[in-house]
Order: sequence, then C-alpha cells, then structure tokens
Amino acid sequence: MNGEGIVRRKGARQAVLRALLFTVLGLFCLVYLMPLVVMISTSLKSLAEIRTGSFIALPREVTFDAWAKAWNSACVGVRCNGLAPYMWNSVAMVVPAVVISTFLGAVNGYALTKWRFRGADTIFALMLFGAFIPFQVVLLPMARTLGYFGLAGSTYGLILVHTVYGLAFTTLFFRNFFVSVSDGIVQAAKIDGAGFFAIFFKLMLPMAVPTIVVTVIWQFTQIWNDFLFGIAFTVGDSNPATVALNNIVASSTGVKEYNVDMAAAIIAGLPTLLVYVLAGNYFVRGLAAGAVKG
Amino acid sequence: MPPPARAKSARTLGIDRFLERWLPQIVVSPLFAASLIFVYGFIVWTVYISFTRSGVLPSYNLAGLLQYERLWSTPRWYVALQNLFVFSGLFIAGCMAIGILLAILLDQRIRIEGVIRTIYLYPMALSFIVTGTAWKWILNPTLGIEKFVQELGFPGFSFDWLIDPHMAIYTVVIAGVWQSSGYVMALFLAGLRSVDDEIIRAAAIDGAGPVRTYATIILPIIRPVFLSSIIVLAHIAIKSYDLVVALTNGGPGYATDLPATFMYSFAFQRSELGVAAASAVMMLVTIMAIIVPYLYSELRGGRK
Amino acid sequence: MTALRARVVAGNPPSAVQLKGPGIQEWAEQGALADVDDVAKAENWDAVLPPVLAAIMKYENKYVAAPVNIHRVDWIWANPAVLAKVGVTTMPTTWDEFNAIADKLKEAGITPLANGSDPWQDLTLWDVVALGVGGAEFYQKAIVQLDPAALTSDTMVKVFDQMRKMRGYVDEGFAGRSWDLATRMVMNGEAAFQIMGDWAKGEFAAAGKVPGTDYWCAPAPDQGGYILNSDSFVFFKVSGEDKVKGQKVLASLVMSPSFQETFNLAKGSIPARTDVALDKFDSCAVKSHEDLLASIGNNTLVPSLSQEMAIPRSYRGEFLDLVTQFYNTDMSSADAVKALAAGIERARAQ
Repeated sequence: MNGEGIVRRKGARQAVLRALLFTVLGLFCLVYLMPLVVMISTSLKSLAEIRTGSFIALPREVTFDAWAKAWNSACVGVRCNGLAPYMWNSVAMVVPAVVISTFLGAVNGYALTKWRFRGADTIFALMLFGAFIPFQVVLLPMARTLGYFGLAGSTYGLILVHTVYGLAFTTLFFRNFFVSVSDGIVQAAKIDGAGFFAIFFKLMLPMAVPTIVVTVIWQFTQIWNDFLFGIAFTVGDSNPATVALNNIVASSTGVKEYNVDMAAAIIAGLPTLLVYVLAGNYFVRGLAAGAVKG
Repeated sequence: MPPPARAKSARTLGIDRFLERWLPQIVVSPLFAASLIFVYGFIVWTVYISFTRSGVLPSYNLAGLLQYERLWSTPRWYVALQNLFVFSGLFIAGCMAIGILLAILLDQRIRIEGVIRTIYLYPMALSFIVTGTAWKWILNPTLGIEKFVQELGFPGFSFDWLIDPHMAIYTVVIAGVWQSSGYVMALFLAGLRSVDDEIIRAAAIDGAGPVRTYATIILPIIRPVFLSSIIVLAHIAIKSYDLVVALTNGGPGYATDLPATFMYSFAFQRSELGVAAASAVMMLVTIMAIIVPYLYSELRGGRK
Repeated sequence: MTALRARVVAGNPPSAVQLKGPGIQEWAEQGALADVDDVAKAENWDAVLPPVLAAIMKYENKYVAAPVNIHRVDWIWANPAVLAKVGVTTMPTTWDEFNAIADKLKEAGITPLANGSDPWQDLTLWDVVALGVGGAEFYQKAIVQLDPAALTSDTMVKVFDQMRKMRGYVDEGFAGRSWDLATRMVMNGEAAFQIMGDWAKGEFAAAGKVPGTDYWCAPAPDQGGYILNSDSFVFFKVSGEDKVKGQKVLASLVMSPSFQETFNLAKGSIPARTDVALDKFDSCAVKSHEDLLASIGNNTLVPSLSQEMAIPRSYRGEFLDLVTQFYNTDMSSADAVKALAAGIERARAQ
C-alpha cells in the first residue's frame, strides 16, 4: 500500500483535482450499476407501468408478482414451471462438479509440486493447456462421448464435463499455492514416516484453506455461469438455469413480460452475485490467479 | 495411507516402498489420462473430422481439404472473422484503457475504495446471459436509451446500433467492455500496490508530477501485468459465445456472428459437422498462436 | 437435435420423435428409421394425404413418419380497423396492391408490416414473396430442385426486389422480437399486416379474437399456390415387441380423424388428412382446406423452404444466411442472386 496517494497534496488545486477524481469514479459507478438497477427496478414494476414509463425510472408501485411468476410459472418453451426446477438442476450440477474438481485439483497440485518426479513439469504444462482451448474444439467429440456412455442430456454428463475441463484451473491454483510452501515441512513429515496422503490431509490441506476457498468460488462461478456446455449437452428438463433463462427471455406467450424476464435474470444470477458480495476478495484472488501468474 | 506400524511383514513393506516410490505418479496419472483423452484426444478427433465429408453424423472417410475450402468460401465465415478482429481489438483496447484509468484513480487512497471496487467488478461474477437481458433492453431503440432521450425532449435522437448491421458489433463491444474492464482494473490495482513506495517517493523528490510518475515510472515497472491482461482478454474475446447469443443472437442477419457462434450454428443447426470442425480448428490455431508462447515464457520464468 | 443424435449413436433411440421434412430422409439414409407401412397400407394413408406430403413421409416408398397437421405458410394477417384508417377495405391480391397499401400506411405514420428478428422469420417472408412473385413452377424449380438456371433467373432478382421493399415496411423495434409478439402488434393495431404461417391464428384465438371481424386472414398474393408445412412423428428403429407395437398404435392414433380434428383445432392448422370434416373449424381453416385441395389439383402445392420442408438443412442454411443478410443490409438484388447461387454450389460440395 502506498503511504499517500500520488495526487494527494495540499492546496486549492488539489481540492479541485480531488473533486474531479470523485466525479469520474462516481460516473463510472453509475455506468457499471445501470444494468443491474434497470433489472431490479423493472422486475418490481407492473407491465402497465413498464409500458408508460421510461426504462430508467424507479418503480412507482412495487410489486413482487413478476418474481413469483419467474420463480414458478414463467414458460420455458412450452413448459410453464418457472425457473425453479432449472435452478435445482444447476445446483445438482454445480455442487458435485465443484467438490470433485477442487479435490482432484488439490491432490494434483500437491503431487506435482511436493513429490516432484520426472516429467511433473511437462505433465503440468500439458494439463494447463486444457484451460485455454476454445471449447468449440471439444464440443462434437464430447457430445458423442456423452452419448456413448448414456450421459447425453443428463446432469451427470454436465458434472463430468465441468469436472474434466475445470481440472486444469483447479490444478493450476493449487500448484501455485503448494509451490510457495516450503519443501522442508514435507521433508520433515516424510522423515517422521508420514506417507503421501497423510501429509496431504493432515498437513497440506489445512494450510491450503484460502486456496480452497478461492478455487471453490472460481469453479462455482464458472460452472454456474456456463452456457455453452449447458446448451450443447442438455435438453428441456435437464437445462441448467442459464439456458432456461435464455429460453424464458427468448420465448413469449403473446405478451412480452419484461418484468418477468428481468426477475428471472436476477434469480439466475443471484447465487453468483451473493458469493461475490460475501467473498469478493477470494473472487478477485481467483481472477488474478486465472491470469496465470506463475 | 496409515502411518507405518512397527511389526510389518516383508511383503507389506515391499508394497509400502513401491507406493512411496510411485504413489504420486499413480495419483496423477488418471487425471493426466483424462486430460490426454478429453483435451488432446478430442482435438485430434475434431481435426480428423475437419478432413472428412461429415454432415449430419460423423463420417470417417477422408476428403482432403474440402471442408476448409468450403469454410473459406463462405461469406458468413469472413463476417465472423472480421467481427472477431474488430471485437477483440476494441474489446482489449477498451478494457485496458478503462481498467488502467480506474486502477490509477482508485490508487489515490479513496476511503470507500472497497465499495467502488466491488461495483466495478461485479459484472465479472454474473453470466452475460443474465446481464444481457438488461443490455438488450437498454440498447433496443424502441425501449431503451433512444426512447428515453427522445422523451427527454430530443425527438431527433437516434441510437439504433442494435439493429444496424454495420454498428451492431459495437454494441457487443460496449457490453463486453462493461463486463470485463473491472477485471483489468483489479489486476492493475494489485500491480500498482506491489510497487515499492521508495520508488514513488524518489520520483516525488525529483519533482515528477502524478501523470509523469505513472506514465514513466510506475506503469513500466508493472509491465508484466500488461502482458497477462492482454493475453487473458484475447482469450476471453476468442471464446466469447454467450455475449453474442444473449445480446444479438448473431443478428441482425448474421452481422454479429463470431467464430464461436458460427461453429455452434454449423454443428448443431445446420448439420455441417465437417465445416463446424474446420472452423473449430481455426479457432484453436488462433488461440494457440497467442497462448503457447505465453505459457512457455510463464513456465520458464516460474522455474527460475 | 443434439441429444437425439447422441442417443441414436449410442444405440438407444427414442421410439418416436417430432421431426419434419428432409430431416426425415436424413435419418432414414442413416438407416435409423423403422417403417409403419403395414399400418399405412391397412388404413390407406395414400388416399387421404396430399401426394407432396406423403412423399415426405416415405423413405424407399414406405411410410416412416405420420403427419399430424398441415400448416399453410403463405398467409397474410391484417387488422381491419387499422386498414380502415387509410380507407382500405379489402385484402391485397397482388404484390403491387400490397405495396400501394403499405406505402399509404407508412405515409399515415402506421407500421405496415410486423416482423421479428429471427432469421427464420425473414426467410418465411421471403418464402411467401418467392411463391407470390415467381409462382409455384418457379418455386419448385429454384427452391425445391435447386436448378441453377432458375436460381439465377430474372425472376429471382424480382423476388429480392420485393423483399427489399418489405424491409422498408417494418418498424425499428424488431431486435429480439419473436413472431408471436409481431402477431400481437397486429392485434393491438400497432401494425397493419403480418405475413406468417397459420400458427399465428393460434395467437389471435388465444386472445379471443374472431376472424373476419377482429382480424382478417387471406392467402398472401401467391398466384394460386400453397406453401405447405407439416409436423410429423418419425419412428426410430427400436428393439422389443412392446416398443414396436407401441409405435404402430401411435401411428394409427396420430392419423385417426378424431385426433387430427382435436389437435388442429387448438393449433391453428388443419388436419393432414384431407377427408376430415371441418364443421368445427373457423373460416380461415375452411379457406385453407379449399385452397389446399385446389392446389393439389393444379399442382401448385409446394413444400416450405423456411419451415424445413423443402430441402436439407445444409441447403436451407445457405438460403437462411443469404436472405437474412440481404434483408438486414443494403445488398443489391443482383449480388444476392449471385451469392445465393454460390452458396448452393458450396452446399452441393458436401
């Protein structure tokens, strides 16, 4: 942290600069917040008010009808059960995929750094590349593989896909953490007779709690927000929330219910938004680690 | 594995030794195998399919460069490529400019910095399928900004980029910059904070003003942040799929198609697996050209 | 589609799937379909289905699919109250008349045509214009048979010329609009016309509107032609007595007059069987049925390009891309014709 900001010195000119600074920052805040504000305020309006008022105006009369409808009776294609079942699909997909990929990433990162064997770096480099491929290149063979195993169109299929393609990132996160842990600790434990897993569970995992949090948050956000795999590998009832949301917004039954669309969008975004607000620092650390600072 | 008991038979001791020697490899190998199959195996499959006549279903009879010839004679593919260049260029430039500016402004010891940072970064936490719902509305000429400004008393005001085939790609840029510029801000803010105070103080003593201090002293120190930000943004740009789907769905016409949407549409809506595979291979080649040298240098650097 | 492909590849196909048009032939060529020809023979489907439709349901002269309905695509829907504002009391019967009315509406500040933003909606419009400007023979040659001479003919240029005019008749707010919202615009008097298949009638009906008074339906100017769209159930090869038996029961049920009546009353379409009495149907459906029979007689019944009835998806995709690109940019008609011909050649190379 800088002791003093660079633009902070005494004098009238500095006061003006300071005011300018806050104005610019404030304006940017407005721009960044606008879509969210529009979504929230529109979701609380009635359709009649949306038609007559401007998009940026706050609701004159707050109603939660649109939220109720978005949750349990909005139409996704021809099914009118709202977003709720698809939210559960997403939960059923996200939880196992996050747990499995985080755990495997931790074991991997640990094995690759603390038990450095010949070829460990090569293996890591080869795995890491998987984090950067455009998923389009695996879309077709994945569709066939899921079909072959009878997992096409199911939540299990998506869990597999997200675990496999999340591994590169989770391994990266843990590798970067374990690299910074002194080898001496592991050596000492080995001399004491502790084995591979004993060291991992008793020594390494407790140290890695912050990294675990970062990884879990990263994976959760990535998988919850995924759209491409969801739309390519699931149909109808097994759609995750993002795909269902896109269908709600795209389909209509005569009247375009903007308030319901917006409420559905907020509901679908709420889990990741909550995680972000509650654990923002870990989220940011994940983003920074995602930039592959080795 | 339990800690070794005192009295062990020679046989279990042998297994122990074996495990001690090989367990790390044994643990890593299934994951490595998974990555071999699901990444490299699948890439090989897709490359192979791109050399066949596959249509509705894959066929394994080679047909040379046919699909690449067809791909490169498709006007829509050129639109997608051109859009990719326009989009990634402006997207990266926009995110960098705004991200760096915000990072520097936030670096001035702002009391509510935490709150402001949270606001700048939240779009990264949300799927664009979610925020696109609002953007689509804001940019729609008969519902959003255009209508709003007209009702303010400027009836001649026009902002119809969303339906203008020449301008629609710029709405995708706007939305993309909105979503990702906070990310650049966060990376640079972290970078700025890592700069040694001594250097800054020395610059102040030399009488350098704030603009010069940043431009000639601080930013050059954090040069690596530029590189990694640009790489990550380029990567985001090439993979962008839901951004376009949520905002324009490729339209008007196919004016906002990107290679990612092109590939999906040919694979799943057109029954042209061969062309789809060829376009996916082109995407892969583009990303590799950017990522492989970067990863190579990062890993090399990390080993020092 | 993706999931279906995956299931077939995995050897676990569903018994019956809603598929249509040449998509049926694509699956049949892969050897994935089972025939229900014994049911069809026993119930004499050949005698009650329009021959154009029957041909689509068959592979190697055996029925592999059963149609549930016939949608007419070349409809024009109108709000009479809006038309009255510019003194129009009858529906246009030629494209010149249509253009004249639309120009008048535009001058009066009324949106003449409601259309959405999906490429398939653009293609539906083009479908109707192609039949209307070129006639059924041209449609057959250029679109169904993909004859290079017809594809590059002057008639094709004229089709695009009319399509260019249509673009001038829609409002600005079409981004992200679905077809049913366009129908709603006609209902609410925000636009005068919509050109869309008769699934649009389902929207009018759902809103309690009555044909003839609240809204008008008329065949779009089509030179006595009829653009056919039909939904159908396709039967996949399955193992197990029960499943095979179930398929036959389903085939028979789908083609039964009572099912066809009930199903189509709700959907806006008419029965695929031409021998079902239409007492319970509205005037638009009766008109559709009359014109269907006439077009079968005159050989002017054509399968719909836009609704995936005419040609395989790889070819249709070329039409779709080109038409939506033309419609949304300022491409010239001559360039469009050239690009279309090139696109069809490219698809042929598959």
